[in-house]
Amino acid sequence: MEYKDYYKILGVDRDADADTIKRAYRKLARKYHPDVSTEADAEDRFKEVQEAYEVLKDPDKRQAYDQMGNDWQGGQDFRPPPGWENQRQEWHFSDADLGGGDFSDFFESLFGGGRQQGRSAKFRGQDQRARLRISLEDAYHGATRSITLNVPETDDQGRVRQQPRELKVRIPAGVTAGQHIRLRGQGGQGFGGGQAGDLLLEVEFEPHPQFQVDGRDIHLDLPIAPWEAALGGKVPVPTLGGQVNLSIPAGSQTDKQMRLKGRGLPGKPAGDQIVRLRIVTPPANSDTVRQLYEQMRDQTAFDPRKQRTGGSK
Amino acid sequence: MNHDDDILQADVFDDERRLSLDELSQLCGAQTTLIIELVEEGVLEPADVRASHWVFSGSCVRRVRTAARLQRDLDVNMPGIALAIELLEELESLRRRVR
Repeated sequence: MEYKDYYKILGVDRDADADTIKRAYRKLARKYHPDVSTEADAEDRFKEVQEAYEVLKDPDKRQAYDQMGNDWQGGQDFRPPPGWENQRQEWHFSDADLGGGDFSDFFESLFGGGRQQGRSAKFRGQDQRARLRISLEDAYHGATRSITLNVPETDDQGRVRQQPRELKVRIPAGVTAGQHIRLRGQGGQGFGGGQAGDLLLEVEFEPHPQFQVDGRDIHLDLPIAPWEAALGGKVPVPTLGGQVNLSIPAGSQTDKQMRLKGRGLPGKPAGDQIVRLRIVTPPANSDTVRQLYEQMRDQTAFDPRKQRTGGSK
Repeated sequence: MNHDDDILQADVFDDERRLSLDELSQLCGAQTTLIIELVEEGVLEPADVRASHWVFSGSCVRRVRTAARLQRDLDVNMPGIALAIELLEELESLRRRVR
């Protein structure tokens, strides 16, 4: 397993005092907190920062960690020193710490022993929480998807290891981003005959090349030609349920919004698809098109800035 | 072996879903006191706030989880949580609009 340089992760010196460590943690926690951050690897960075703080904030754990010596480099292959197993104490963890339950193997090998409080007693496995990233198409149609989770599993010696586990989940049609779904009994294993915890998944959508989502409503920018806008006409529009024809009224302008009722994500009520028209002008890159533009310029009394309040006239 | 048996059925917490205070607390891994404070702060709205047993909709799960994380990870107090959730949701809808 890889050695973790907790001081480096928090960006503090090895002799930093408790206040400095707390300050460094708070700053990084705000930066990488999954609820707040937009950084791509925020979730992993945040876990790393949390784990480092978990050790360095506690004088006992910090001392034990420091005993490993200063010569290790982050990422270096690590084995706990001989005798570590025997002198292992019952580390203290608050409830909040147990709620995290997502530390590295390095952490677990050093401090994992104390996490199974009252191992002899019967108690229910931990509930686990994760994100489930799905496509809009899957949310619309429903789908069966495999997901791989790192779940802590306890071996015979009561040690916790992160193990990848694959689950096949039936995603019902009409789930929306931010919604939670529960898989009963798929969380952490119970102890002493206690039942397993549940797995709670927060749904999020992969970005879609065409559609944007707002709750159950789907937004689409639809490019149209100037004559389609001016004269009206039927144009094909992609929706999650397949292509439909949309009647564009004569005299439409850019930014006009049209609502396709019930064409959004299914539900009670189903969402709508909101189509925003975008007039795209053909480039004047041939004589014919150029002449047509010139004709319009010379024969149309049109000033696009005329109706604008506070405009040039 | 029948492979259909391996497929897990998801239990969805949508707007229609109704949850008691205890169910919401267990589901989110949050203390009931946190949820009560969230109601008092106006972050969560039970179906009938004066009822002797509060009933929440499934869509409350997200706010409770965010609140629990903000409290646990960043040590934010209740007015701070309420403000952060409001701003985060506004940010989310603004980001959606500019995309």
